Amino acid sequence: MARMMYREAVLSTIAEEMERDPNVVVLGEDVVGGNGTAGGPEAIGGIWSTSAGLYGKFGGDRVIDTPISESAIVGAAAGLALSGKRPVAELMFADFIGVSLDQIWNQIAKFRYMFGGKTKCPAVIRMAWGAGYNAAAQHSQAAHQILTGMPGLKVVMPSTPADVKGLLRTAIRDDDPVIFLEHKALYGVKGEVPDDKDFMIPFGHARLSRAGNDVTIVSTGLLLGFCEAVADKLAAEGIGCDVIDLRTTSPIDEEAILDSVEVTGRLVVVDEAPPRCSLANDICAMVAEKAFASLKAPPLGVNPPHTPVPFARELETAYLPSIPKIEAAVRKVLSYR
Amino acid sequence: MQLSRDQLLKAYRQMKIIREFEERLHIDIQTGEIAGFTHLYCGQEAVAVGVCEHLSTDDKIVSTHRGHGHCLAKGCDVDGMMAEIWGSRDGLCKGKGGSMHIADVDKGMLGANGIVGAGAPIAVGAGIAAKIDAKGHVAIAFSGDGACNQGTTFEAMNMAVVTKAACIFVFENNHYSEHTGFEYAVGTNKDIASRAEAFGMKVWRGDGTDFFSVFETMREVLEYVRVPGNGPAAVEFDTERFFGHFEGDPQRYRGPGELDRIRETRDCIKKFRASVTGAGLLTDADIDAVDADVMDAIENAVAKAKAAPRPTPEDVLEDVYISY
Ligand SMILES: Cc1ncc(C[n+]2csc(CCOP(=O)(O)OP(=O)(O)O)c2C)c(N)n1
Ligand SMILES: [Mg+2]
Repeated sequence: MARMMYREAVLSTIAEEMERDPNVVVLGEDVVGGNGTAGGPEAIGGIWSTSAGLYGKFGGDRVIDTPISESAIVGAAAGLALSGKRPVAELMFADFIGVSLDQIWNQIAKFRYMFGGKTKCPAVIRMAWGAGYNAAAQHSQAAHQILTGMPGLKVVMPSTPADVKGLLRTAIRDDDPVIFLEHKALYGVKGEVPDDKDFMIPFGHARLSRAGNDVTIVSTGLLLGFCEAVADKLAAEGIGCDVIDLRTTSPIDEEAILDSVEVTGRLVVVDEAPPRCSLANDICAMVAEKAFASLKAPPLGVNPPHTPVPFARELETAYLPSIPKIEAAVRKVLSYR
Repeated sequence: MQLSRDQLLKAYRQMKIIREFEERLHIDIQTGEIAGFTHLYCGQEAVAVGVCEHLSTDDKIVSTHRGHGHCLAKGCDVDGMMAEIWGSRDGLCKGKGGSMHIADVDKGMLGANGIVGAGAPIAVGAGIAAKIDAKGHVAIAFSGDGACNQGTTFEAMNMAVVTKAACIFVFENNHYSEHTGFEYAVGTNKDIASRAEAFGMKVWRGDGTDFFSVFETMREVLEYVRVPGNGPAAVEFDTERFFGHFEGDPQRYRGPGELDRIRETRDCIKKFRASVTGAGLLTDADIDAVDADVMDAIENAVAKAKAAPRPTPEDVLEDVYISY
């Protein structure tokens, strides 16, 4: 085991996979940095430091600084993937999927099916998502609610450094396109990470981060930690919560959720995207459909409001699901008779 | 064209207010009191002011993530902008937008923008509206050297040409897009204007560190675009940014002594003073008086921003047409 930050887990996994497989190629804006400047290359190594040192090690053919051209970044990843490479493309912020949406939605997501199964598209599109930085409406958004709804994409949302390691390795070795969503407020979080250079976590397998028999809480990303805090607080009162970290939203581990709800009969889904057509709605509906007989209370989603992400500290704090809001939701489903 | 004493004083004041607004933010950001991502315009003042001094409120501009200078030059309220950046309820956008999203549509300022390359297509729409209205108004898209690589910018240029939109693409080439050099990222002859030319536009080039170069260039560009039927134009200004890409940038891409050198030799405010006092158009005392006035205005704006009411949780649900 090694102790490292979430961002270091991203970097070291990419480096290990580049070492192992010469077809792995990194591309994105400022992934090298300093190209064409007096300071020279390697000025930054990605704005999240998730590609620092890769250029020195693997060279400019495999670590590609791109112009500001998200559509061409994702499109090039598609072309690389169709040509035998394993691109790991970075969009600095998940919000920028807007610029590249055709290449994600109509191209990489569709090749395998639309071409009658004749091709693979092993592209990883990494991006930083989420609020908490007061970065306002165009640099703080969740994107999983949009991308999870697109057939053909696998969508990964790690919440811990160890999960970054295991899931990113699986993503890079996967033959389908994978959207890898890194929560920007977690980059500095540290955790134990297995050293094994083949450590992989299969997609569609959730992680039980707290165990209890009274309520099921499902979440991912930054808010998972909030849910754990609520579970720990309630545990002191003798209330037991299963906290399920989804890890991947597509494929989704329905079984883990249903197994838990069959015991608890009560469900809260905590989601950083606005409520309509959200992950929370999706899971609540799935549980209502498949575990109706087990339910002792209506399933409840905790989401931000149906608004863009506001800028000011007070507004962003009010916008995001918080520990008190999650606790209130859990108590609400518990109080239902 | 010789500017009057009042015009010179106004132009200088506009540049100076941007400069001091940014210098003050640079200091206040270190304290941690200002939240979010802030990109300072310091060094590029001559471009915003040299362009906007030609415009009326009926002319539109669309700005970028580095938008404070464009906003101030287009007449946005200094107090309202400072309050917005401080995230207060009195801010121009009630604390909902922040530094990257300042807008004042009544002033013809259609918004700073957090998405690089998003502005140019919006300016085309405003330019088509100006063409339809046929009153000689124009729409201006400010874009950086980085934004000129975005497909949206290419599409906007072509569409402006084919629709004959009354639209001007102003490219501010400060040589960097975040940490990457312009010479690496822009493939065409290390030059942006020639790209615009290839799209079928008339183009101009100017020194973005010299107010008079920008102002004179823009006089010609506007004379051309304001003529109904002429369609769009583009202009590239070579300029410098004095701070990092964002506040907190280690700036490892700079050469040794680069920041000192550009502050010394490429400072539009120093150059303006030297030029007007040298020509006997204004005196040092005239300029010092503006400086003192500007410092008061900034001090005042900061005091007001700090004292302004903070937004409340209920404000999150204001300005939406429906809540869930
Ligand atoms: C679509 C999009 N891609 C990337 C970014 C991140 N980003 C913000 S500013 C910037 C560089 C912009 O360079 P330039 O257009 O030259 O403007 P400057 O910063 O020099 O004013 C980048 C890459 C963004 N905000 N939006
Ligand atoms: Mg630039």
